[in-house]
Amino acid sequence: MRKKAGNVWRYGHHVDTDVIIPARYLNIADHHELAEHAMEDIDADFAKQARTGDYIVAGKNFGCGSSREHAPLVLKVRGVPAVIADSFARIFYRNAINIGLPAMEIGEEVEKIEDGDTLEVDAAKGEIKITNKNITIATKPLPGFIQEITKAGGLINYVKGKN
Amino acid sequence: MGMTITEKILAKHAGRAKVEPGELLICGVDLVLANDITAPPAIWEFEKIGQGKVFAKDKIALVLDHFAPNKDIKSAQMCKVVRDFAFAQDITHYYDVGRMGVEHALLPEIGLIAPGEVIIGGDSHTCTYGALNAFGTGVGQTDIGAAMASGSSWFKVPPTIKVELTGHLPPYVKGKDVILSLIGMIGVDGARYRSLEFSGDIAQLSADDRLTICNMAIEAGGKAGIFPFDAITEKYLSGRAARPYEPVAPDGDAAFEQTITLDLSRLEPVVACPHLPENVKPAAQLKQTKIDQVIVGSCTNGRLSDLKQAAEIVRGRKIHEGVRMIVLPATQAVYLEAMERGYIKDFIEAGAAVSTPTCGPCLGGHMGILAAGERAVSTTNRNFRGRMGHVDSEVYLSGPYVAAASAVLGRIAHPAEI
Repeated sequence: MRKKAGNVWRYGHHVDTDVIIPARYLNIADHHELAEHAMEDIDADFAKQARTGDYIVAGKNFGCGSSREHAPLVLKVRGVPAVIADSFARIFYRNAINIGLPAMEIGEEVEKIEDGDTLEVDAAKGEIKITNKNITIATKPLPGFIQEITKAGGLINYVKGKN
Repeated sequence: MGMTITEKILAKHAGRAKVEPGELLICGVDLVLANDITAPPAIWEFEKIGQGKVFAKDKIALVLDHFAPNKDIKSAQMCKVVRDFAFAQDITHYYDVGRMGVEHALLPEIGLIAPGEVIIGGDSHTCTYGALNAFGTGVGQTDIGAAMASGSSWFKVPPTIKVELTGHLPPYVKGKDVILSLIGMIGVDGARYRSLEFSGDIAQLSADDRLTICNMAIEAGGKAGIFPFDAITEKYLSGRAARPYEPVAPDGDAAFEQTITLDLSRLEPVVACPHLPENVKPAAQLKQTKIDQVIVGSCTNGRLSDLKQAAEIVRGRKIHEGVRMIVLPATQAVYLEAMERGYIKDFIEAGAAVSTPTCGPCLGGHMGILAAGERAVSTTNRNFRGRMGHVDSEVYLSGPYVAAASAVLGRIAHPAEI
């Protein structure tokens, strides 16, 4: 097995929603069936070998392209506890918040994280430890309003609470 | 300090006199849009809220355009979810096969978009509506489900980039060349989390050109792309948007994050090479690139003026024997008008296939999927890896002139070569 839990799957810049989950699968309603195809167009190993607790780490503009919420969803369903990137495309970031997948935007510090590194992440505190390198990256906490959505367990619960 | 168009529209919908970039707001929305890919999960999210009825049956638009006419059983099941919901909720603006068109061409065409309005859509190209002086932005299905219940959504006020257009467009240079050139300059994240507001010598840009330009604001990472209101907007809306609307202009002292000047007189027909819309090169430099397929259509370039440009090129000529050319009028009205004007005849006589409106090939759904190693020139908006089929295929983005000229010559071509 290539990876163990908490390991990093490292990708480059502009990872788009078409490679996170290709449109040819978007007529599949079952989330677990969809998640079997996550990342397959740039990394056939991910869906097969990633273990629950593995992280996706990428460069600039992660999730650019489509509004399909299937993109953050398949990563969440696949057991990814957080996506860490230099920066995120707007709609992906928003969708990640709405479904409760922590998306941590850490700028160029992301260059310290390499493929196969092991991480311990506290998304609430905004703390990322690269355990095999003994490096800690501290990020800005999420804005209050977004924390409220996250605390409610996603946007639907938040709206339910308001109604 | 004054406000931009974006800030004014969001402030008004949040019941505020003034807003600033970075603020989080809850805004009422004028229209909530979803298609056959995003509506079913949005409907399931809506049902979790347990409210029963949608907030307003005439402020929701459901358009079955991506995998419709249904390409397989799974797509048929997804469309049925939307159809059943539309009938159960008595949704006013529900468009199925025979009446539907590609959503971002259809909604402006039938008058569902007007200046000053806020539209959210479960499709990233919802930013198209900025062409009509509205704030349109793409969101996910959870947002759509929540908005169908509440009639509102959360927004972070984006900083605004002013794009000053100067000079006069040369021949064969249209809206697609303007937006591709801009994306080539600023990159696919050049407007990330920002609104693009266009100004300057815009009177030479038709409503169709503006719809094409705003459609691809997302390809620069933009939250919205917005044109000011003028005589061209007013003429386009006349007879379409019958309700009262209030045009929105930026204040003279609006705070733009930056200003980008684009000299239109220096532009030429361009192509975005694989696999990002920012890989923009002059079409004239790509004459060695042989192609297998040409697509003319989509929410970017499937309107009547796009079909007119392509028809002018292929009229009386034959599509190259090595090329499949597929033409998709974006709406039924475009199809009918193109037929009456003879464009459809031009395409068919030249050897092109003409289809009912669908988004199919744009997203690699159906009706024009590429095999490994194949190349397409397409008037659509994305050329990501595997976008139109096999992961080892390639998509080159262009306007209709370049696409049609390429179809005739079997390689990427400048329209003046025809």
